[in-house]
Amino acid sequence: MLLKLQNVSKVYRPDTYPIEALKKVNLKIKKGEFVAIMGASGSGKSTLMHIAGCLDVPTSGKVIFEGTDISELDEASLAKIRNKKVGFVFQTFNLLPRTTALENVMLPLFYAKLSLQQMKNTAVKVLKAVGLGERVSHFPNQLSGGEQQRVAIARALVTNPTIIFADEPTGNLDTKSGEEIMKILEKLNKKGHTIVVVTHESHIAKFAKRIVKIKDGEIINGSA
Amino acid sequence: MDLPETIKVALEALRVNKTRSFLTMLGIIIGVTSVILLISIGTGLKTYITEQLEGLGADSLFVMPGEIHFEPGGGGGGGVPGAGVAASKFTFDHINDLKRGAETIKTVMAYTENNGTMRYKGKSHITQVAGVGPDYQEVRDQKVVLGSFFTTSQYNAAKKVAVLGKTVADDLFAQENPIGKKITVSDQRYAVLGVLEEKGAFGGLDMDDQVFVPATTAMRQFDMEYIMSLWVQSQSSETISQTKEEIEKILLKTLDDDEFSVLDTKSILGVISSVLGTLTAALSGIAAISLVVGGIGIMNIMFVSVTERTREIGLRKAVGATPQNILIQFLIEAMVLSFFGGLIGILIGVGGSLLIGRFFTTTVTPWSVALAFGVSALIGIIFGVTPAAKAAKLNPIDALRYE
Repeated sequence: MLLKLQNVSKVYRPDTYPIEALKKVNLKIKKGEFVAIMGASGSGKSTLMHIAGCLDVPTSGKVIFEGTDISELDEASLAKIRNKKVGFVFQTFNLLPRTTALENVMLPLFYAKLSLQQMKNTAVKVLKAVGLGERVSHFPNQLSGGEQQRVAIARALVTNPTIIFADEPTGNLDTKSGEEIMKILEKLNKKGHTIVVVTHESHIAKFAKRIVKIKDGEIINGSA
Repeated sequence: MDLPETIKVALEALRVNKTRSFLTMLGIIIGVTSVILLISIGTGLKTYITEQLEGLGADSLFVMPGEIHFEPGGGGGGGVPGAGVAASKFTFDHINDLKRGAETIKTVMAYTENNGTMRYKGKSHITQVAGVGPDYQEVRDQKVVLGSFFTTSQYNAAKKVAVLGKTVADDLFAQENPIGKKITVSDQRYAVLGVLEEKGAFGGLDMDDQVFVPATTAMRQFDMEYIMSLWVQSQSSETISQTKEEIEKILLKTLDDDEFSVLDTKSILGVISSVLGTLTAALSGIAAISLVVGGIGIMNIMFVSVTERTREIGLRKAVGATPQNILIQFLIEAMVLSFFGGLIGILIGVGGSLLIGRFFTTTVTPWSVALAFGVSALIGIIFGVTPAAKAAKLNPIDALRYE
């Protein structure tokens, strides 16, 4: 089992106006799966992804990532797990402006302490894999939305993580580019990468092999 | 992320906002420049005054009115002590007592100081009128280049004769030969006897802008009852402490011990050194305040930078930056700002000192440069740490969501 969430709850602002974003959620993700987490806005799907992706820790419950309980770890240890084991793709791409595609992809490797040459070689390789071999020295503002998201996917891939989380990866793209992005993710899954996509669109979710539906902080379907 | 890469990222961030980075550095630049300038001027001034006093000779003593250690504001021409604040009680009887009673005294000279207006053929010149003795040339080691100094008999008879400093001579007479001409000194007519050799100007204080008349004449003209101070020369520098004791012993017969003070060049030097040292330290301290203000400027702009780049911080954290990585990144950015500010400040400060050095004695001391540089680097750390800590503490999720 790659990832196991046991009775995970998340309460925001527990002191003033408590908002229960997740209510005793149980979820298991196996290696090599392609899971879509579906839910309306405010359903808690992003919170679920942040906790599963080691960006946040639960208020209660356990998150077992490759056998380690991460809910007890400090920020620096979480950062290390994110760096080595987790890749993120965001709705708004989150590329650094005034920084080339190559340097954007190299960013996670800076925190992994590789030699500059190693970083470059790896980054170029993944950029080629997402079809941007010709665009390595372009700046984000010189790339289309679809291309920017592909750079973001390359950045998520560059550390060869165990799992990739994509939060509404097609949300800021037109339908055609969105489909392309989903096809890339599909291809990565076929190569053996574990992928979790968070979305509220069913035509995006259908790329996944398993759909987990979440409503009001509770999983209503597909938690196994 | 290793150090060269972090520095590269910091430089890039500063390059993007060139104007802002420069304005932020300006505080540090001004602070470092003024610290270096003030210290070099202070040190230069001290060196100059020391040289001047040493030029007076190690065998000189000054008897000043009142119980004083030394009044820095009372200096006459070129740091030579003139009138103190206390009212003088010295008379010519004292001079005679000293000449008669002391064994180690070579000369005793009366000294007075007043301001007066010199006039010649419609031209006027306001300057200092020094009343001195006929032995002034030896006491001060300054020669007459044109004409002659007044004689003892002219002095004793309180003749209206004057010897001009170079500046006064040039101003009133230009190309004309002043010897034998009549000038008016504050409405009384004086005959010009000679012109003294040039001593040079020092920082706006022109040492040649003086007129020398017999002290006897000056006291009559300016209606003075007492001599302002007495300049004494001991027989040699070895006998100076003996002379001091003799002067005190003789003067105590007619004066109270709080009515006069005997100062030798060495003790004056000590006082001036400490006064100038304190002054330089105080001024540098004020300049250092601008360094602190500059540091606050850096802190301010670093807070802005952290806020602006909240999303970037969130992303960096999401891809594996530890809080420490982020802390170091922003700390280095602040340090780069203060480092370059300090560097530019040093260049301007040293350059400025050399430039001012052409008119005014300045000495750039290596320790002042090191101090300014160290302080500016320290400021980068001190004022950079709070914004950097804020950045490091950001929650990656909140940071990513930040609009």
